[in-house]
Amino acid sequence: MAEQEVLMAVENLNKWFPVRKMGRARGYVKAVNDVSLQIRRGETLGIVGESGCGKTTLGRAMIRLTDVTDGRVIFDGQDISRLSEKELRPLRRDMQIIFQDPYSSLNPRMTVGDIISEPLVYQNMYSASERIDRVRELMDLCGLDPVYIRRYPHEFSGGQRQRIGIARAIAVNPKFVLCDEPVSALDVSIQSQVINLLMDLQSRTGIAYAFISHNLNVVYHVSRRIAVLYLGRVVELAERETFKNNRAHPYTRALFEAIPQVGFDEQQKKAPLSGDLPSPVDLPSGCVFHTRCPYTQPRCRTEVPDLREIDPGHYVACHLV
Amino acid sequence: MSIKANANVQDAAYTSFYHDAFVRLKRDKIAIACLVFIVLLILVAIFAPLIAPYPEGFQDTSAILAGPSSKHWLGTDEFGRDILTRIIYGSRISLSVGLIAEAIAVTIGVFLGALAGYYGGKIDAVISRIIEIFASFPHILFAIVIMFVLGTGVINVFLAIGFVGWTGIARIIRAQVMQLKEKEFVEAARASGGSDLKIILRHLIPNCLSTIIVVVTMAIPSDIMYEASLSFLGLGVQPPVSSWGEMISMARKYLRTNPTYSVFPGIALVLTVLAFNLLGDALRDALDPKLKNL
Repeated sequence: MAEQEVLMAVENLNKWFPVRKMGRARGYVKAVNDVSLQIRRGETLGIVGESGCGKTTLGRAMIRLTDVTDGRVIFDGQDISRLSEKELRPLRRDMQIIFQDPYSSLNPRMTVGDIISEPLVYQNMYSASERIDRVRELMDLCGLDPVYIRRYPHEFSGGQRQRIGIARAIAVNPKFVLCDEPVSALDVSIQSQVINLLMDLQSRTGIAYAFISHNLNVVYHVSRRIAVLYLGRVVELAERETFKNNRAHPYTRALFEAIPQVGFDEQQKKAPLSGDLPSPVDLPSGCVFHTRCPYTQPRCRTEVPDLREIDPGHYVACHLV
Repeated sequence: MSIKANANVQDAAYTSFYHDAFVRLKRDKIAIACLVFIVLLILVAIFAPLIAPYPEGFQDTSAILAGPSSKHWLGTDEFGRDILTRIIYGSRISLSVGLIAEAIAVTIGVFLGALAGYYGGKIDAVISRIIEIFASFPHILFAIVIMFVLGTGVINVFLAIGFVGWTGIARIIRAQVMQLKEKEFVEAARASGGSDLKIILRHLIPNCLSTIIVVVTMAIPSDIMYEASLSFLGLGVQPPVSSWGEMISMARKYLRTNPTYSVFPGIALVLTVLAFNLLGDALRDALDPKLKNL
């Protein structure tokens, strides 16, 4: 992969949260462990995994909304993992975020116009009157009627609110937008509209997305490549077509087989995963998946599998593949 | 439809949060009566020289400690001064204590409360301890100490009551900011490069505004009472400036000869305090039904 094409490179990223008892750190919640991945310009990288696997924390660390415990985040050729909030401020123009909850992500006391123009104000883009034109343009672009510019968020539906959130994120013409479960709070019929809007914006402006979701169908639909996360580790990373026929990691297989199917003739091929997600405070030794894996071997309990490239562009962290 | 053309089109109608709240408030008849009373009181205070039947300090030596009559509707005091006139002038002190002292208290309280709630950690620990120290003294005792140090006088009354009254609002704002800062719109502001100060001013304090309005309306009557208490104790405003508390204090000596002397300033005080309290209750319900048990 040419260096030019890579917009964001995450290298051996760790994010641990201290668990404090009586003021002292008594262990860590290891939310993200040794994650490396790359996002190319204009592409969508899907990040999937079950609840609590560190998807959101990884996303927050990528755009430095949270500090990084260890490792590097290289954005547009610059290591941003150690920059201070002040040094990050000008870079925030190029990376934005779309949130899951369209109710808590919009300030209820601000008008839609103020909400969408807020990043423009912080980044000192355009004059005050140009900003209003820009907001109207953005609303139009995101499928909102610009005459509603002075309305308040509570006067909109969930899907419309998510469009407002999208308009705010793309206002500054970012190169990268983190979509943190942007459709999981919406009705199914609205989900497809919002996804189409996101894909449409990408084809027009060449934004790169990291699309975090637990909904495999949605991720499969929007992404070019998909990373599967389990307990803060990437267990499989490949082009999306690979996941159709060539899923290698036992966890990925279980995950994709758990997608509900319509119809009776399709018979259940495998038993679903048993057991619970182990605690991220006390990670299993060796391969993090060995406690639930149907194929566990003795070495899985002791040796951490590397993320190996088994086919061009297809990475798997499993001893048995 | 082009965007330029759009700019000239009338934007769609909208209802702001405060407009909704006012519609809810209007349904409450008692609240509106209180609001009217307070507005009238403010007008009386501003236009006191035009409304009062006698000039301030005018002494009718022919009627000393007289009861209500057609000449002096509410009677006169020991110097023959018209009590209605003094109550009207006294409203200036009571209202300005309520407003100015509360403005001081709100400024300190919102600033420190927002800092403690937003930053947490050590800053929160220090500010919370300061709040506890201030709140652990009985307010009136604390105000007396401040008055003792600063000396008597109207300005010092404002300062004393303001410095005493900020702890309650600081606690409420701290708790609310702690809750609000976890909201995603705060994170969105940070993600687009908003500084801490801008986030506090643009997002956190505006979202606390309805709480602030309610707390202020509820605190004003107690400030008015503090002023009356201080003046009653002789530490507040000094004669010949009239305040309701000072009048009640002076009237104490003449309870037997002219009982109405103490009754009328007392009624003025009770009505004002009641009006602010009832309005505060109604505002709380109108602004945020969730705050019902504040």
